[in-house]
Formats: sequence, structure tokens, C-alpha cells
Amino acid sequence: MLRYAIGRLVTLAVSLLVASLVIFGVLQIVPGDPASYMLGMNAAEDTVAALREELGLTGSAPARYLDWVAGMLRGDFGISYTYRTPVSELVAERLWVSLPLTIYALILSTTIALFAGVLAASRQGSAADLGVMGVTQLGISVPNFWFAMLLVLVFAVSLRWFSAGGFAGWEAGPFAALKSLTLPAIALALPQASILARIVRSSLLDSLQEDFMRTARAKGLSRRQALWRHALPNAMIPVLTIVGLQFSFLIAGAVIIENVFFLPGLGRLIFQAITQRDLIVVESVVMLLVFAVIVVTFLVDLAYAWVDPRLRRRT
Amino acid sequence: MSEADLPRAPSRFVALLGTRSFVVGVLLSAVFLVGGLISLVWTPYDVTVLAIADRLRPPSPSHWFGTDQFGRDVLSMVMVGARTSIAVGLIAVGIGVALGVPLGLAAAALRGGFLDDVIMRTNDLIFAFPSLVIAILITAVFGPGAVNAIIAIGIFNIPVFARLARGAALSLWTRDFLLAARVAGKGPARISVEHILPNIANLLIVQATIQFSLGILAEAALSYVGLGAQPPVPSWGRMLAESQTLIGLAPHVALFPGFAIVLTVLGLNLTGDGLRDALDPKLRRGRT
Amino acid sequence: MKTLALSIAAAALAGGLLAPAIADAADVTIGMQLEPPMLDPTAGAAAAIDEVVYANVFEGLVRFAEDGSIRPALAESWDISDDGLTYTFTLHDGVTFHDGTALTAEDVKFSLDRIGADDSKNAQKALYAAIESVDAVDERTVRLTLSQPTGALLFNLAWGDAIIVAPESVATNATKPVGTGPFRFSRWTKADSIELVKNPDYWGEPAKLDAVTFKFISDPTAAFSAVMAEDVDAFPVFPAPEILDQFRADARFEVVVGSTEGETILSINNQRPALSDIRVRKAIAHAIDRQAIIDGAMFGYGTPIGTHFAPHHPAYIDLTGQSAHDPDLARKLLAEAGHAEGLTLSLKLPPPSYARRGGEIIAAQLREVGINTEIANLEWAQWLEQVFRGKDFDLTIVSHTEPLDIGIYARDDYYFQYRSDAFKDLNAKLNAATEPAARQDVLRAMQQQIADDYVNGYLFQLARTSVRNKRLKGLWQNLPTQANDMTAVHWE
Repeated sequence: MLRYAIGRLVTLAVSLLVASLVIFGVLQIVPGDPASYMLGMNAAEDTVAALREELGLTGSAPARYLDWVAGMLRGDFGISYTYRTPVSELVAERLWVSLPLTIYALILSTTIALFAGVLAASRQGSAADLGVMGVTQLGISVPNFWFAMLLVLVFAVSLRWFSAGGFAGWEAGPFAALKSLTLPAIALALPQASILARIVRSSLLDSLQEDFMRTARAKGLSRRQALWRHALPNAMIPVLTIVGLQFSFLIAGAVIIENVFFLPGLGRLIFQAITQRDLIVVESVVMLLVFAVIVVTFLVDLAYAWVDPRLRRRT
Repeated sequence: MSEADLPRAPSRFVALLGTRSFVVGVLLSAVFLVGGLISLVWTPYDVTVLAIADRLRPPSPSHWFGTDQFGRDVLSMVMVGARTSIAVGLIAVGIGVALGVPLGLAAAALRGGFLDDVIMRTNDLIFAFPSLVIAILITAVFGPGAVNAIIAIGIFNIPVFARLARGAALSLWTRDFLLAARVAGKGPARISVEHILPNIANLLIVQATIQFSLGILAEAALSYVGLGAQPPVPSWGRMLAESQTLIGLAPHVALFPGFAIVLTVLGLNLTGDGLRDALDPKLRRGRT
Repeated sequence: MKTLALSIAAAALAGGLLAPAIADAADVTIGMQLEPPMLDPTAGAAAAIDEVVYANVFEGLVRFAEDGSIRPALAESWDISDDGLTYTFTLHDGVTFHDGTALTAEDVKFSLDRIGADDSKNAQKALYAAIESVDAVDERTVRLTLSQPTGALLFNLAWGDAIIVAPESVATNATKPVGTGPFRFSRWTKADSIELVKNPDYWGEPAKLDAVTFKFISDPTAAFSAVMAEDVDAFPVFPAPEILDQFRADARFEVVVGSTEGETILSINNQRPALSDIRVRKAIAHAIDRQAIIDGAMFGYGTPIGTHFAPHHPAYIDLTGQSAHDPDLARKLLAEAGHAEGLTLSLKLPPPSYARRGGEIIAAQLREVGINTEIANLEWAQWLEQVFRGKDFDLTIVSHTEPLDIGIYARDDYYFQYRSDAFKDLNAKLNAATEPAARQDVLRAMQQQIADDYVNGYLFQLARTSVRNKRLKGLWQNLPTQANDMTAVHWE
């Protein structure tokens, strides 16, 4: 196990190294200069040069790469070119929007998916099952930003129950803040709920056919009791894996939804930073996201290997 | 299952037609495919001619889907836009299959080896990157446009097909009929192409259908943030983006391109389900 | 307690009204589309910086009034020597910065010297290049010595880029601006809002509001619902003209259309082989139907222009007739220039909707006369790099929002690369002239010169479309500079 863990740890380090090189490399060839973006059309050449100097854009690429990596190892992610504040502060601020939004969407999608999935599986072939399968099929096919626009049209423009965008801020009270996250969370949750509901249904159906179910039924449990007590806990393993995957996907994948609703989240920060060529923000935030995914994958691998020694040899 | 066990072609076809979802799916996606094809030779109105005076007209007999902010016919725009979406989705799948499948087969053939490890770790690494952010970066480097959107989407299709091909091929390498081929002196490359590829084709086709529909969604998302096909070439995603401020004034401009995306993607998903059910009865319980 | 009671009584007397009117009379929320990246106008070009801090937090020696004229600000008076080379400013007495330090002539010297320094980050450094030296004669007197007469010096000093800062606070102005204005910076909730509060120690006439919140809402649909819900009291530059009619229908709101300094033009790369031919440029000018662009891209808001000059300026001459919409003439000119077979040009468009929408319309109009365009939608960073610096374009659309910026045509290396000695002579004359009448004559000749040379396609003057609560008074109607001057704003 230890050897396996060390092996995986080496892979993890190499992955992070490669990722940092790729991110830094890509950003070196992105056309557009942050200094001239900030100074606009009338700026003189020497002014732009002076600003480039101040932003630390003048060194050689390898030197800047080493600076960046060394800074990150110390927990220093640099200072945003445009905002002139530390990147870590910006990220922390934005996480206060992105994290609650993600959790909100995840709670919504998991609740809906469990309910719909169990309903469909417990009455396989019924009208309810067909309905769930149809709606989820549709849910997978809808672009979430378009669904978001429809939500705005109905609930913000026509009914005026919600504001069409913006974030009230946590200072405005948890209710107001959650209210401004509601439409975005629904828009984010719909496709996820659809995928998850189908997984819940099929993994439930799988476990319903297992031997222990037959035993349970033989012991006199009704189909429904057996489903709740035995099949569901068993079916939760693949479901939880997917939920875990969706979490990291949602944090970064909310870029478009955050744009539709003008939410000051992490995704929007990256998007704006790219258009403003605030490259230090882009490289640090992307690196953080990649780091998070790689580390989570590593931990999941370790957990599986611990549970199931066969997996220590890659198949 | 050995090669001899595979169902014969006619029965496969019959099975397909027996699947409701396949028929509905093919019909749905065909509507837009045909619409796109027709638009090559004819559209109700010329999408490059603007008629500012007729802008934002609601649907009427002369303009079934109404007109957009420049007075262009939305139906014609949706027809031409179908071409962009389908082309981008299809070519992106092509990239994924063309590069991902050989990589996956190679990894399986060299299972456990160094190259296998490198290929699979690279795959994991690509999966670790936030795909939309990278797509935005790619278009920031190379400029917006349909070709760069295809590349951005295609890159993320490679690991999908590589992983699928490797997984499926690995289970085949242990089978008797491959052992026979190896005994007959065939090299791993030849075995991969002659014996493994035909046997995993079903899986690949199903996955290709799914990736195709995901590609259309991704193209719409990229176009929505302004990074897909450039005007005056109509694109469903850009039509949605441009109609967003008009949604209270003229909802039809935002509704029709959205319906087009939903129905096409739905059609492809149903087709994929139908294919899977027909080609692989073990999975008949529905797609996840 | 006593002071509170007194102030309530005073307010009741002054207003003569009941409590509710007073209750919300204290603060106002202003909607803006873009958030400023930081708040130091001397270190960045983003318009949103000035829109928050100009005249509110920071002040210069002089300032723009609503009609675009120059008014005293920190300088109560000034003297110009007869040769136009020495400007002597007398500062107001008793001016303090928000941190309590007093404004002295040394602060002015510090601020202006900083613009011209070698490591200056000032986006408009070139405007002040003629300032040779700045001397603090005494506590309240500053003398500027110029290397050459600069007729527009006062005008340039009114820009937000020439505001006066204190050496003690200059390093943190980007995030915690400290100025001399009637409002002081209070709070910045990133990506959401910036709050200013009244400066009780202001040297001039105090602000009528207790607090101003600038709220950033980039999405026009969200902006619409924020106004409708009265979450914002005014949106001085409303991002989507197509929505304005819905506000007009509502009795709570007032839609005000004013002018800006934004000449929106189809810029032509004059050094490209095909485009260096005046006949081709003239053909492009005649192919354009300005009204269709104003209607289609701006939903009717905007004034057609025939040269690079703001129609509300007294020296403006209407030259639109010189490039009237005439596709036949355009085709004829193209044939003469040898492009009867057609011509393909690149059209690179920055993000604003005037460019994106206008670009599609212009592309269709040019197609009518046989010019094909390849549209590329660019972000600002790409546009600056490719078009503005790299000059890698044939056509582009951009609004030149700097006030009175016709002088850019005298710069050979400016992105549209117009090179005319005749125009440069005129520009030199303009700089030498300090008399208003003489300046206006030269300005007219300059307008005529560039219209005759068909340098660019002149489209329209960007309108300032704003929506505000009917009871909110004192907001600017026009936009002589990018600013939201809140000093006179009050509730009725």
C-alpha cells in the first residue's frame, strides 16, 4: 500500500509540474498585453513600458515561471494586474459566491435526482418511470445558459419574483443572498439532476437484481422496504462518486451561468481576467482548480485502493 | 463474446427499428440535418441581407419564426446555423476518434508498460483542466472562429475515446480468439486493427453519438460567450447571445434557436440510447 | 442629542416637507455597466475609474462643467502670460485631503511632476508633454512653464488623469482613493458596488447627498430589472438602447438622451495598398447608410456625423452631405480604382454593441457595392494588440470618446495611419492659438481637411442614453467627459 501511495504521489507531483508548465506556456503565447490594455488608446510607448516593468512582465520567461512557482509554493499567488490586490484575496472573495452557489445547486440536483431516480426505479416501466426518463432526457439536452435565460424571462421579467441578475451580497442577509443565487442554482442543477437521476435509477435497478435483494425479499420484506433498506444504500456508491465529480465540475463549470446572471464568482473572475489579460489571475486560478481536481482524484484513488487491494495493480 | 456470436446485420437493423427512442431520435435530428442541407441551396430569405425596418417582427405567415434585430428571417438563420453546429460537433468528434482511439488501442496493446502509463496519465491530466476555461484560452490564443472552436472541443474528446477504447480493448486482449491470432504470429498493431477495432466499434459509435450532442452543446456555449463562428455566419449559440437583451421585447428571437439546440441534442441522445439498446442488450435499462 | 434635534428641525424647516421625503433624501444608487479595475485615474485608462471618482473623490486644478466648458476647481484663478508659456494658478484656501492633510502647492507640483516622470504610468502622459517645469511659488501659488504654447492646456488639465493627489496617499489610491472632493471613499464590495459618503469638511459647496453607491451590473437584462425594481435610482449610461422604450412607458422613470464626446467611426487603415487610394475610401464612405446603422445598431439613438467632431461643439460643421449614402457612386468609384471585380477587406470589431451590431450592418452595406468583408470579433486586449498597436486591419469600428481629439489625425503612426502635412500644419496652428475665435477657425479647417481626404468613414456621435428616477435631479445630461458628477444631485 505504501509503495502504491508513493508511486501515486510521484505521479501527482509530475502531473502538477506538467500542468503548471502547460498553463504558463499557453499564457505566454496569448496575444494581448495587460499593460496596454490598462492604459488604453492614448498611452505613450514609454508609459506602457514603465507599467510592464512595474507588473514584472519584463523578465525572461523561465525566470518568471520560477518566480511564479516559487511564490505558489509559499502560498503567494501574486498580485492581480488590474485589481492591484493579491490574487488569493480575490479568490477568497469569489469563493464566497461560487461555493454557496455550487453547494446550493448540488443540494438541489441531488435531492431531485434521488427522488426522481427512486420513483422511476421502484415503478420500472410505469408512467412515472417514463416521465422521469423523458424529462431527464430533455434536461440533458438543454443548454444550461438558455435554460437560465428562460428562467429570467419567466421569473424575473414576467413574474418579477427574482432579480434578473447580480448578487445581493451576504451583508444583505442570508435570505437575500440565497434568493439571488436561486435562479442560477436551478439553472446549474437541471442538467446535473438529470444525469444523476438516471444514474440513481440504473444503479438501483442493478442492485435490485443482486442476490442479497432476493434474500431480503425472501425474508419477507416488501419490495419497497427492500428497496429503501438494502438497494438504496448499495446504489449510493456510484452515485456519490458522480456527485464528487460534479462538485469540481460545477465550481469551474459555472463560468457561463455566472455570466448570464452576472454573479461575482470564480468562473466570472477567470473569464474577466482572460479578457483583461490579467494573466497572473488566470494562471493562478486555473492552477488552483487543476490542483484541486488532481488532489481529489489522488485521494479517491487511495481510498479505493485501500478498500480494494486488487486495484493497487492498475488494470 | 467471440466474433461468431455477434448478431448478423439484418437482425441488428430490425432491433434498431424496434427501439422507439432510436426512431424518434433519428427523426428529430434529421429535421435539423436536412434543414441545414437544404440551406446550402435554398433558404426562405437571404441571411446576409439586412432589413432594419422589419426588425423584431413576431412570427407570421411570411416569417414563420419572426425576424431578428436586423430584420433577418430567424427560420433561415436557424437553418444555416444548423450547418455550423453540426459541422463543429461532427469534426470535433472526428478529432476525438481519430486521435483518441489509436492512443487507447496502443495503450491497451502495451498494457502495463511505460507508454500506457504516459497516455493514461496525460488523459487524466486533460480531464483535470476546467474544459470551458481552456477552450476560452485556446480561442484567446488563436482568435475566435469556428475552426478554433472545433479544436478546443476536439481536444477534450481525445481522452474520452482513448479511455473508452483502452478499457474495451483490455477486456478483449484476454479472449481466446485473440490468443489464436497471437499464436498465428500477428503483431499487436495488426491485432488491434483487425480484431479489436471491429469488436469495439459498437461502443465507439454509441459514444460518438453522445460526444456529437455534447459537442453541439459546447459549440453553443462557446458561441454564446462570443468565441465560436464569427458573423455573418449564423450560429445558434451566438443568436442566443445576441437575443439576450431582447428577451423581454421579442422572445421569439431567443426561443427558436434554443429549441433548435434542444431538439437536435435530444434527437442525438435518443439515437445514442437506441443504438446502445439495439447493439448491446445488456445495457437496455437506459442510459445514465 | 441636542444637535440631532436641531438638525431635524432645520431639515423640516428647509424642506418644508414631511418626514418620508427626507428619509430617502440622503442617498442614491447609480447603476454602471462596468466595474473599475481600480480607482486611481492617474494610473489607468478605464472609463469606469473616472465615472466613479471624477469630481466626486478627486479634483484637479480645473474641471469640466456639464456643457464641456472649463471651470475652476482647486485653482480659484489663473493667469496666462502673453506668450502662452507660463500659467500661474492660485489655489483655494483651506482645502484638505480626506486624510486631513492640507493641500499645498507642493502637492500640485508632486502630482504634475509625477505625470511627466520617466516611470510615469499615466495613460495620457502625452497630453502634458509640453509642461517643462512646475514650481511651487508659495503655499498657494503654482507656476507651470511650458516648452511651447499649448492652447488646450487648461482643457487637458481638466481630465481625470491630471487630478491632484497627496504624496502620503498616492500609493494606495488604487484601492483606497484619498482626494479633496465632496465625497470620500467608503467601501468597495468587489464585483458588486462602491460606496462614497459625503465629505463633511469639503472646502466648496457641500454635496446634497449623504452617500452614493455605484452598483455594477453588466448584463443589460439585469440592468433593466434593477431599474424596474428601483434597486438603482439612475443608470447614467444605459447599456441597451433597445430597452429604453420600456422605461418611457413607465411614469416613475425619465429617459434622458444627451450627447457624448464619442465619435463613432469606421476606421480605415490608410496605408493598406487598396485603401491608400482615396477613391476606395470615398467609395466606402458613400456605401454607408448612417441612418440604417443608427437605427439598427443603436435603435435610433445617435447623431450622424460627417467628420471627426462632436456636433454639440460650437466649431462643428455638418459635412454629412459630403459622404451621403450613394451606392451607385460607390460602385463607380470602386470601378475607377480598379476594383470592379470586388474587393475583400478585414473588419475587426471590438466588444461594444455599436461595433458588433454596426459591423454587421456595415458589412451588409459594403457587400451591396461589391466589397466583401471578413468579420472578426475581438476582445479589447486583442483589438489593442492587433488593430491599435499592430495596425493589422483594413477596417474597424470604434468610438473615440476622448473630448476634442481631432489632433490624433496629426499623428503619422496613429492606428489609421493618415499622413497629411496639410493637416499637421493646421494642428500646429491650433496649438499656437489661444484665442477662442481663432481656435474655432482652425478647428473648422481641420474638420474639412479630413472629410475631404475621406480618412475614415464617419458614422455617428454616440448618444448618452440614461434612465433615472423622475424625482432625482442634478445629474448630467451630456457627457463632456466620462464622469458621474454627483455634487449637485439631490432628491426632489
